[in-house]
Amino acid sequence: MRVTTANNIDSIKNHEGEEEISLDDLVISSSPHITSEESIPKIMYSVVVSLLPASIGAVYFFGLRALALIVVTIGVALATEAIFQIARKKEITIWDGSALVTGLLLALNLPSALPFWMAAVGAIVAITIGKQVFGGLGQNPFNPALVGRVFLFITFPRHMTTWIIDGMTMATPLGAMKFEGQMTPYSDLFWGNVGGSLGETSVFLLLIGATYLIYKGYIDWRIPLGLLGTVALLTMTLGHDPLFHLMSGGLVLAAFFMATDMVTTPVTQLGKWLFSIGAGIIVVVIRLYGGYAEGISFAILLMNAITPLLDRYTRPRVFGT
Amino acid sequence: MRSFRGGIHLEYAKESTERKRIIKMMPPEKAFILLQQHIGAPCEPLIAVGDEVKVGQKIGEAKAFVSAPVHSSLSGKVASIASVPDCRGGESTAIVIESDGKDEIWEGIIPYGDDLNLLSAEEIKRIVREAGIVGMGGAAFPTHVKLSPPSDKKIDSIILNGCECEPYLTADHRLMIERPEEVIFGLRAVMKALGVEQGYIGIEDNKVDAAERLKAVIGDDSSIKVVLLKVKYPQGSEKHLIDAILHRHVPSGGLPMDVGVVVNNAATAVACARAIKTGMPLIERVLTVAGPGVKEPCNLEVRIGTPFEDVIAECGGLLGSPTKIIMGGPMMGIAQYGLSAPVVKGTSGLLIFSQKEKGRIWTGPCIRCGKCVEVCPMSLIPLELSHLSEKGLFDEAEEYNILDCIECGACSYICPAKRQNLQLIRMGKAEIVAKRRNKLA
Repeated sequence: MRVTTANNIDSIKNHEGEEEISLDDLVISSSPHITSEESIPKIMYSVVVSLLPASIGAVYFFGLRALALIVVTIGVALATEAIFQIARKKEITIWDGSALVTGLLLALNLPSALPFWMAAVGAIVAITIGKQVFGGLGQNPFNPALVGRVFLFITFPRHMTTWIIDGMTMATPLGAMKFEGQMTPYSDLFWGNVGGSLGETSVFLLLIGATYLIYKGYIDWRIPLGLLGTVALLTMTLGHDPLFHLMSGGLVLAAFFMATDMVTTPVTQLGKWLFSIGAGIIVVVIRLYGGYAEGISFAILLMNAITPLLDRYTRPRVFGT
Repeated sequence: MRSFRGGIHLEYAKESTERKRIIKMMPPEKAFILLQQHIGAPCEPLIAVGDEVKVGQKIGEAKAFVSAPVHSSLSGKVASIASVPDCRGGESTAIVIESDGKDEIWEGIIPYGDDLNLLSAEEIKRIVREAGIVGMGGAAFPTHVKLSPPSDKKIDSIILNGCECEPYLTADHRLMIERPEEVIFGLRAVMKALGVEQGYIGIEDNKVDAAERLKAVIGDDSSIKVVLLKVKYPQGSEKHLIDAILHRHVPSGGLPMDVGVVVNNAATAVACARAIKTGMPLIERVLTVAGPGVKEPCNLEVRIGTPFEDVIAECGGLLGSPTKIIMGGPMMGIAQYGLSAPVVKGTSGLLIFSQKEKGRIWTGPCIRCGKCVEVCPMSLIPLELSHLSEKGLFDEAEEYNILDCIECGACSYICPAKRQNLQLIRMGKAEIVAKRRNKLA
């Protein structure tokens, strides 16, 4: 938008006629003339804040190596974004918080024992293939952190499924159930005393952050409700333990922080419901009938793919039509 | 509490003037009466340069039905008929009148009395038309046209718009508090003109005092109801007012009369009441002067044609050099190039902002957060519309109902990327309308 200032407009004297008041700096623009205090950095940094409890929890459960992994993915994500933008001669926008969120979310989706260089590769893939090749922020169809995670998962399957706590290799609760028929107690799942990726172990810490984001209006409650509700209903109907399924496999992390990614999910209310219900169905199918123990990353990515369609066919009825 | 879907909550910033009584401003030395202050055909001057005119004398008129005559707001001499700066940033023809200081009322002004029973519907319409009354909320659509719907449109309800949902503006609020009798009288006159049994006054919940005053005047007359509405922008939009009060949806591309309703602004009702009771046409109006850049914010009753400079001087002048001057409210008002434009019938406020913009305003790409979808009162997808307009894909934009946009600006206000959604949508609408016109031609 062009904003012009008026020149050649007479100055006028104020009431007492002493002080010259100039009308030269008037901004001429079309309405509205006021905007809200919201901004993209505000949203992004709020997401980071909301992930702090889970991040601190990760360090508590997995030790300083978790912190190092977080630092690596965030650092590489920011650097990759900067390099990409320099190469494309675009404005450098790494401080808008979006690459920071991608890096952090990726770290929270990695096992603590993953070699640093692999984590770095994941961050590079997330930012380049996941985001920048499409034109940067707002243009990417797929959740960048999930693109990075799935890339690592397929490329380094063994490293990505080795879970170590206190020097002991552990299966994830879902893996333990699927491949060994072993159930993990609910309390361990809730407080986070289980094997798994950095950020997916403690449901409690994740819910603290999620509550904050819902309160701020930065995530739409429809998506977690639709996703978790579908998983609960489906697993129950199919004769499985719904509570166990809800609290394991990073479902809470994904439902509140990945399936709610604004850029890659529908903008309409109906679209949001369909998106979350669809992701719920897919994840249950993968978990119960597929070859993987966990499936939420694939479920969300698949639904990301049809998001433009969902938006197109779920347009609300226009007032007066 | 009744309301509509979507909308935004604004900071109202009405404190500086909402408790201030309306002050009558002295007539200016010179008045600039624009020949077009309304939607419709511009007026032709009825007088010549050098003629003597008096207060209330008709000085401009058009033959077309959709138009409204203009009247002298001063007594004195016609100094010139010239092009002057107008509030839209361009120039318009105005009749310039120099006051003789006597403020004499034109002999042709005859009161029609306080008894509506003595007037027929046709007489009321004629009085309203002759008085040059237009919608005073800002749109300035000739009121007599609203009072003359085609015979196949059955009107069953009149709604007075007392929402004043724009920040800063308090002129209508004060009118309802200080002149409730005139508001009600005007509403009854409009009801009589249209043969309607039921009238409503829609008021936002933050103006309970005004509602109480009006209810006191209405007494136990059940034909007029005061309806309190949720405080939400744009509650004062005609379509959303009808939705909130009567749960009827004006069809896309249609008018309130398509659902049997006529909506008038509270200030318009007062103007009708004046025209009937005193015979005086629309020669003055109340406007709010406010904003951090003006010394003494107030509600002023000002003669039509008074230059903004005089209005500001009446309010003690400016506090430093302003950065933005807006005629109307901050959501839908028009930015001014200076203070030389005159007050017109649709001038509801004059706002002065003096703060420098707080650093650089962060702008970025759309992140599809969907906030604009949430707040759009028309249930449009503003982000798609602004993208399509930006890319010049106007046919697609039309398919996405871009023409239904009421330009309330909620989508631009709420956008965290600070994208100029409405501004882009407006451009798209203009392109489409122009294209249609070319097709017809």
